[in-house]
Amino acid sequence: MSKRNLVAAVFFSIVAVIFIFSALLMHPFGVLDESDMDDYVIENTQEETGANNGVTSVVFDYRGFDTLGEATVLFTAVAGVIMIFRRLKND
Amino acid sequence: MIYNIPFIAVVCLILIGLYALVFKRNLIKMVIGITLIESGVNLFLITLGYRKGSIAPIYTSSPGGIMALPIPQALTLTSIVIGVAVLALMLSLVIHIYRHYGTLDVRKVRRLKE
Amino acid sequence: MTEMSKIVRTITAIAFPFSMIYGLYVIAHGHLTPGGGFQGGAVVASACAMVLVAFGSKWTLDKIKEKRLSVFESIGAIAFIGLAFFGLIFGAVFFNNFLVGNDYLFGIIPVVGSGLADINTAGVIPLMNFAVGLKVIAGLFAIVLVMAYATTNYKEGKK
Repeated sequence: MSKRNLVAAVFFSIVAVIFIFSALLMHPFGVLDESDMDDYVIENTQEETGANNGVTSVVFDYRGFDTLGEATVLFTAVAGVIMIFRRLKND
Repeated sequence: MIYNIPFIAVVCLILIGLYALVFKRNLIKMVIGITLIESGVNLFLITLGYRKGSIAPIYTSSPGGIMALPIPQALTLTSIVIGVAVLALMLSLVIHIYRHYGTLDVRKVRRLKE
Repeated sequence: MTEMSKIVRTITAIAFPFSMIYGLYVIAHGHLTPGGGFQGGAVVASACAMVLVAFGSKWTLDKIKEKRLSVFESIGAIAFIGLAFFGLIFGAVFFNNFLVGNDYLFGIIPVVGSGLADINTAGVIPLMNFAVGLKVIAGLFAIVLVMAYATTNYKEGKK
């Protein structure tokens, strides 16, 4: 095993031990302490937005600015892919 | 400890993806490793928003009961779309590198070639 | 990529309208059932990718050029931002839901609690669903089409 692989293996094992140790210390699955923001959304999503779907009202009404940023990322990715595969006509 | 199985699954996904990103030499295998890390992070976002014995947060003909949290599900939706965009750009760059150098080994594509 | 055999082409021509109708149903009922703009757009884009795989990339590129696909994507993006700016005119807040409360366009408020509801509820959300769905369909189909056409070797010397 070369020297580069040995250093990488030492650091990878340190990161793996930290991750496994923190996965066993998390709160039990399904028991939440406080959820004030989501309780407000669940209570008032039918009077303020008029939608029966809680997830759609969060994506498009309460947090519409994040959807605007995501549409910009999708547009930039399509523009970049088409630009890479373009051939010049007079070559 | 038996109640934390989703969190242990998240850690396993992230560690397998990190292993494929650090120790492999083929470019396609490194791209697959990055995709595995993104899948692990999406699963972690969803498991943070579950209450015991709850139903989906939708009111159309729902049986009554406690509802799960809807805000982490909205953030996961955005994260999945951003993962698709990054994967498309990475794969088109890999195709371009293969045409220019003729090989996919990451130790041989280091110099600026004319 | 080259085209496939005659059986695959016939079955794809039969199954393609059903997949598209299912995808448009998921987009249109985004405010009542699980779904919405991004999920329904992914379903329709995968149906279009099925046509691309079965009929060959050269035939598909003769039918739809990528310049028309960029027009569709720009229409979707401009409609989404235009709906956000209309909220600024009618209520002095960006992304304001200005269609909730009136009785004729999309403004009926459903009964509080679990129960069925009409389609013309939920204000400006169904219009945003259509705009984002159009953008996702055009974007994903353009990515797959350009990557499939640029990596095939034809016999007349194209690299």
